[in-house]
Amino acid sequence: MVFEKIREIIAEQTGKDESEITLETNVKEDLDADSLDLFQIINDIEDEFEVSIEDPESIVTVKDAVDFVESHKED
Amino acid sequence: MIRSKIVATGAGIPDQVITNDDLAKIMDTSDEWITQRTGIKQRHISSGENLSVLATRAARQILERAGMDARDLELIIMATCTADYGTPCLACMVQKEIGADRAVAFDVTAACSGFLFATSVADKFLRTGVYKNALVVGGEMISKIVDWTDRSTCVLFGDGAAGVLLQTTEEEEGIMVEELGSKGDMYEVLTDGYTPAANAFNDVPPLDKMDFVHMDGRAVFKFATKKIVESVNRVLDQAGLTPEDIKYFIPHQANARIIDVAVSKLKIPKEKFYVNIERYANTSSASIPTALNEMNEMGMLQKGDKIVLCGFGGGLSWGTILITW
Repeated sequence: MVFEKIREIIAEQTGKDESEITLETNVKEDLDADSLDLFQIINDIEDEFEVSIEDPESIVTVKDAVDFVESHKED
Repeated sequence: MIRSKIVATGAGIPDQVITNDDLAKIMDTSDEWITQRTGIKQRHISSGENLSVLATRAARQILERAGMDARDLELIIMATCTADYGTPCLACMVQKEIGADRAVAFDVTAACSGFLFATSVADKFLRTGVYKNALVVGGEMISKIVDWTDRSTCVLFGDGAAGVLLQTTEEEEGIMVEELGSKGDMYEVLTDGYTPAANAFNDVPPLDKMDFVHMDGRAVFKFATKKIVESVNRVLDQAGLTPEDIKYFIPHQANARIIDVAVSKLKIPKEKFYVNIERYANTSSASIPTALNEMNEMGMLQKGDKIVLCGFGGGLSWGTILITW
C-alpha cells in the first residue's frame, strides 16, 4: 500500500513508468532525478502520509522512503 | 471609495551581466546544472554601484514616465533588506537624490515579498486619504550578502531595483484585493546578516566575518509552492473571480521549477505566468516590479486587465495582490 502510493508519486514526478520503479530503485541515479525532483517527491510523500522527513539525504532508494513512512506514520 | 492604482513603472538594473558560464569560471558549476535546476541563464550584478544608485535610477525613470515633479511626491517606500546602510533607510537616500524634499520616506523589510508588503502599506495611506501619491520601489543587492564560495546559493541571485508610482483613484480600478501573510515559526530556513549582541560589557564574540545568506532549499521550495497555490486561490475567491478572468499572473522569480509546480497545482495555463528569471535570476523584492515594468514597457497591460502579483520569501512571508490595470 505504502509502496504503491510512493511508486505513483515518484512516477508522476520523474515521468517514468511505474513498472520501472521497484523497492531497489535508486531515485536519483536510476530515474535521472535531480535534487529538486527529490524535493518534490519528499514533499509529496510528507503530505500524503503526514510525516516529516527531516533528512532528505537519507532517502536514496524507494525502499528508504517506504521504510521511513512505515516506521513513522503512526506517530 | 478611494483606491490606489499604478500610474507608472520603472527599473534600475546593473549594466554588468554575469552568465552561468562566467560563474563556471570561478566555481565548480555549469550552465547545464544551473539552468536545469533554476531556469536561470544570467543575472545582473553590481560592478561597484551600491543599491541606492539602482533605486535612484528606478525612481527617476518612474517619475519621468509619470510626468511628475519629485517635489510633488508625498510618500516614498522602499522594500529592501540590503540597503547601503543600516541607517539611513534606502528611501531617504533616494529622497535626497531625486530631490523629493516634501515626501515621507521609509523602508519596509519583508525579503522577497517586500514589494507586495510595501505596496500594501502605501495603498493604505492612499485609501485613507493621508497621501495622494506614493513611490514604491523594491530594490535588492543580494550579491553583497551571499557567500561567493557557496555554489548552492550564490548562483541563484541577481541585483536590481524596480517599482511603481501609485496614485489615488475613485474608479473601480487599481489594487482590488490583497493577502499578506507571515510564518515566523519557520524564520530559520532563510536567514542572513545575523548580528551578535557583542558589547563592551559582555563576552559575546563580535563577528569576524559577515553572516551570509543561509537557505534550507527544500523547506523554502515546499513553503513557496504551497503558499502560492493557497494564497492565489484565496484572493481569487475573495474577488469572486476564476483564473480565466486573470490576464497575467506575475510570480516572484525565485526558481522556474517553483513556478512550474505552482502552475501545475493551480491548473492555470502556463502562458498566463510571466517569467523572466532566465535573464535576472532571483532579485528578491525587485523581481515582481521588474517583471511588471517589462510587461508595461512591452505594452502587454491594457486598461481593465486583471493581473495577480504573488510573492514569497524570508520571514517566512508571502503576499498576493490582485490589480485591475
